[in-house]
Amino acid sequence: MLDKSGIAKRIAKELQDGFFVNLGIGIPTLVANYIPEGIEVEFQSENGVLGMGPFPYEGEEDADVINAGKQTITTMPGASFFDSAMSFAMIRGQHVDLTVLGAMEVSEQGDIANWKIPGKMVKGMGGAMDLVASAENIIVAMMHTNKAGKSKLLKKCSLPLTGVGCVKKIVTNLGFLEVTSNGFKLLERAPGVSVEEIQKATEGNLIIEGDIPEMTL
Amino acid sequence: MIRKTVPSVTEAMVGIKNDMTFMLGGFGLCGIPENAIAELVKSNINGLTCISNNAGVDDFGLGLLLQKKQIKKMISSYVGENDEFERQMLSGELDVELIPQGTLAERCRAAQGGFPAFYTPAGYGTEVAEGKETREFNGKMYVLEHAFQADFAFVKAWKGDEAGNLIFKGTARNFNPCMCGGAKITVAEVEELVPAGTLDPDQIHIPGIFVQRIFKGEHYEKRIEQRTVRTKE
Repeated sequence: MLDKSGIAKRIAKELQDGFFVNLGIGIPTLVANYIPEGIEVEFQSENGVLGMGPFPYEGEEDADVINAGKQTITTMPGASFFDSAMSFAMIRGQHVDLTVLGAMEVSEQGDIANWKIPGKMVKGMGGAMDLVASAENIIVAMMHTNKAGKSKLLKKCSLPLTGVGCVKKIVTNLGFLEVTSNGFKLLERAPGVSVEEIQKATEGNLIIEGDIPEMTL
Repeated sequence: MIRKTVPSVTEAMVGIKNDMTFMLGGFGLCGIPENAIAELVKSNINGLTCISNNAGVDDFGLGLLLQKKQIKKMISSYVGENDEFERQMLSGELDVELIPQGTLAERCRAAQGGFPAFYTPAGYGTEVAEGKETREFNGKMYVLEHAFQADFAFVKAWKGDEAGNLIFKGTARNFNPCMCGGAKITVAEVEELVPAGTLDPDQIHIPGIFVQRIFKGEHYEKRIEQRTVRTKE
């Protein structure tokens, strides 16, 4: 089974040289720590920076340079700043190659719910609805089940949607799956996890074709 | 040169009234018009509709206006990190409209650029699209969103000149340029106000035509919301 860093490591293997990438808050942020050797990617943060670097050294924080999580950051050589409309032009215009974000639920049609739980304080969708509605290439990073042990890979989302038919790939603590027209196709098992365990934790239609390999990290 | 400078924040606020709609720049606490917000708190006007990506924190930014119950409605994309906001929202004292961040930016820009409305894919198939016109273009579904209509836009830039030309710094740029000229009156506050002719015309982010009043902010706290650092090895 993968921990949060493990999920991030597996997603990082999907990065390709020259990709512009938007990472959501939580597990997706960790992907930046595992960029494969020998490739160059640039991170976009929707508040208005492309070419985001690591956190600043203590004493070098600049209140005017933050990421979408409101954390102080640095920039890499070649970075640029821009306004919010241009930032979402990059996203809506599909200039960003890969979006990685977390989710509360994903349906077998690729619908995603990650912004609102009825009855609980709603903080808002931020840029999530723009990102999921626009990106060609979306990977969801999440646990396979919720805290109550219920599957998060469903036939139909029960929570209010963030976007419809948009998720392409999912990496969970149990495996790597692809959303197809017939449901969740299992591509890889997490280390030490059986197909049966994944089947048990998946409410939506799970497609198992042949031997499912164990992922390498 | 058409002069846009006003002596202080007091003159910059002439015309503000109860029940008006304001646009306020900033992302979190980054690039917020601190001096205009402080003056709005002092003014005691209320019944305000505020268009701003976030609602500040309890004791800073728009949180200060919320504490005094001056805001009737917030139009934002994300409103965490604010207990008083949560209390007023849950009790029904505060009306909150949550919209996608890119839609928020574009509704400001549409107002700035003279578009009454535009189609965006964001929110299609979700509750955000309920009651809105939708349309298919090239096999994909889009939602019709309208330009904002606001009385004042309060923005913050790094440098500005007497002509109202603005230059922003870092990610403090965010929604500020999109809001300039998106309201009947745009008030810009700057850290550094310089004579016309000082700034290189090639480096201007927002031309002064989009700004009606400009003043030098007296004080900037520039509070950091999430101070994240690494240690030197």
